[in-house]
Amino acid sequence: MSRLLIKHARVVDPSQRLDEGLDILVADGKIARLAERIDDREATVLDGTGLVAAPGFVDLHVHLREPGFEYKETVATGTAAAVAGGFTAVCCMPNTEPVNDGAAVTEFIRARAAEAGLARVYPIGAVSKNLEGTELAEMGEMVRAGAVAFSDDGKPVQNAYLMRRALEYAQLFDVPVVDHCEDRDLAAKGVMHEGAVSTRLGLRGMPAAAEEVMAARDCVLAELTGGRVHVAHVSTRGALERVHEAKGRGVAVSCEVTPHHLALTDQAVADSEYDTDTKMNPPLRSAEHVDALLHGVLDGTVDCLATDHAPHHADEKALEFDLAPFGVVGLETAVPVTYDLLVRRHKLPLRLYVALWSTNPARLFRLPGGTLKVGSPADVTLLDLEARTTVNPDRFRSASRNTPFAGQRLKGWPAATVVGGKVVWRRDRK
Amino acid sequence: MSVQAAARLRGKDLVGIDPLSAGEIQLLLDTAEQMRDIAARPIKKVPALRGKTVVNLFFEASTRTRFSFEVAEKRLSADSLNFAAAASSVSKGETLIDTALNLEAMQPDFIVLRHQYAGAPHQLARILKSSVINAGDGAHEHPTQALLDALTIRLKRGSLEGLVVAIVGDLQHSRVVRSNILLLSRMGAKVRVAGPPSLIPPGMGEMGCEVYGRMEDAIAGADVVMMLRIQLERQGRMNFPTVREYYDFFALTPERLKLARKDCLVMHPGPMNRGVEIDSRVADGPQSVILEQVTNGVAVRMAVLYLLAGGHGEPTAD
Repeated sequence: MSRLLIKHARVVDPSQRLDEGLDILVADGKIARLAERIDDREATVLDGTGLVAAPGFVDLHVHLREPGFEYKETVATGTAAAVAGGFTAVCCMPNTEPVNDGAAVTEFIRARAAEAGLARVYPIGAVSKNLEGTELAEMGEMVRAGAVAFSDDGKPVQNAYLMRRALEYAQLFDVPVVDHCEDRDLAAKGVMHEGAVSTRLGLRGMPAAAEEVMAARDCVLAELTGGRVHVAHVSTRGALERVHEAKGRGVAVSCEVTPHHLALTDQAVADSEYDTDTKMNPPLRSAEHVDALLHGVLDGTVDCLATDHAPHHADEKALEFDLAPFGVVGLETAVPVTYDLLVRRHKLPLRLYVALWSTNPARLFRLPGGTLKVGSPADVTLLDLEARTTVNPDRFRSASRNTPFAGQRLKGWPAATVVGGKVVWRRDRK
Repeated sequence: MSVQAAARLRGKDLVGIDPLSAGEIQLLLDTAEQMRDIAARPIKKVPALRGKTVVNLFFEASTRTRFSFEVAEKRLSADSLNFAAAASSVSKGETLIDTALNLEAMQPDFIVLRHQYAGAPHQLARILKSSVINAGDGAHEHPTQALLDALTIRLKRGSLEGLVVAIVGDLQHSRVVRSNILLLSRMGAKVRVAGPPSLIPPGMGEMGCEVYGRMEDAIAGADVVMMLRIQLERQGRMNFPTVREYYDFFALTPERLKLARKDCLVMHPGPMNRGVEIDSRVADGPQSVILEQVTNGVAVRMAVLYLLAGGHGEPTAD
């Protein structure tokens, strides 16, 4: 098999505490050698001058919409968006049609991903049959087919008994249960964060408490069962505090935060005058929550970043704010939004930034990757920290355009993406 | 506080009170006052909007507001079209935006929009060339209601400045209270709101008012008491117990009205639930200006149409 040689890159690999100029030799899809200078005449050379080479970025939370909603996104377009955003692996949520609650759908998604040949796709299976929250789905057969975690994301488990049993049963396979924490009665069909902004805009609010009571429940149940809970897209101060406390007691709980919950507040709904690309669930929160999330990322309470990439067709978003679906795309803006915010503005060390997108998420879901150690899969994300570009949704590879970041000028973009030793995407240089 | 009247409105639309300056509000009220005179003439019509087309696009049932706009349009000689539509979604027929674009293809000058969802007027104003006038959007704003309320108060009291205005009722679901808080506070009045704490949305005070649970505290010494319709149809039974108990704690009765100033005005945007939020003895009593509000509604809507059409000064009768 052919060899790839990445020359002159600044290698930042938190798993080896590396941050130095090195060449990376890849053979047979694996990292073969890391050294100050490697010469290999037969290898294809990827010039990494001026670039950072990091372990491939992993997104634990995306919606690829296939099967069932191919007009929003497919595995092919979603993974094209992933690699163009610097991601080498994504974990896709089961709220497809049919729901991914059995081996057939899990296998179908994996087959589609193999055909596309871009990012690695790790399906997340449903906790309950058809996401109905009443009967456990056949987790075992989904794990055999390649599922790496379980979640009823999009229609979160309300019944605490079911959640308890899911956390117990999932231990048979050593996989986490991922929860979109939302008490649906408390959320009361809200369409944005409940606070002064929702009051002024006359929109129904979802209180932070709707997320916090469920985060608290999940921490209690994780402690009771010894199961692993991963709290998806934490967006409130209180939810983060519950996670922090539980971790302190040694409970197996982890959490992720999305770029949009870090970079935007609920004021964006007002400033954009009801632009439905500011509507997602959990909603954009008020500044005090956003500050808490930012601190949580900087002090390590937050385990990783994840996009909650949720593509929707323009026709669906061109509705009244109340009627438009929740969700924004994120794969193609995640790196610049978070790099610009966390590293440039808040001085997060680059090594920690890379860990939040690679080493940490890979470890949480026990995925191969997240490291550039010799012998590991040659999944590499190359970053151009000096690149400065304006977000232009017309250039997205995703089939959807529903981003709240259009027109923002950001610094620090992915430059190339290598999956299994193959360069699957390179940024056009203008 | 002295407010300089603006020479004209800045925007092409009236989506709410929020974007208006105090000067623009003053201009609207001054113009509305002149419009009242037209109704007193033997021929209640001026040619100010002759040749202009107004579409009254109502996605939510409304008799009073739609009639009021229609009367205003006719008195200004505009051609009115009424379009009653059901709420839209992709799955259920035509979307709001498609409906509006189809209407705009017929080249109207104004679209008067009533919609059950907040923000619908903003979404249309962004894409339409016609002037969009918000005739009530969800629980967000109802700017012409606040303007007619302000005009009614101003005609009785000369000015809004320094007056204490208490607004009582279901604050959560009311667009009238939001537009009134914004307008009255911007014009120098002191606004107090009160209602069952389970129907007070968070942060309402930041809009420019004092928030009370007990109605008595809000109306004590008030110059104006404005009662809101309790929207039974918009909520289940979890927000407050019963209409009977509501009346007990939140109805404007003759006894409670005594807590306010002796000459306190009693207002209600309608339609009233007699015996629920307001006692008939008060609604029909000497302090009530409820029907004058309706009369002033026509004048205010004439002023809005006239000013958005680019008019200034007094509309002439030719």
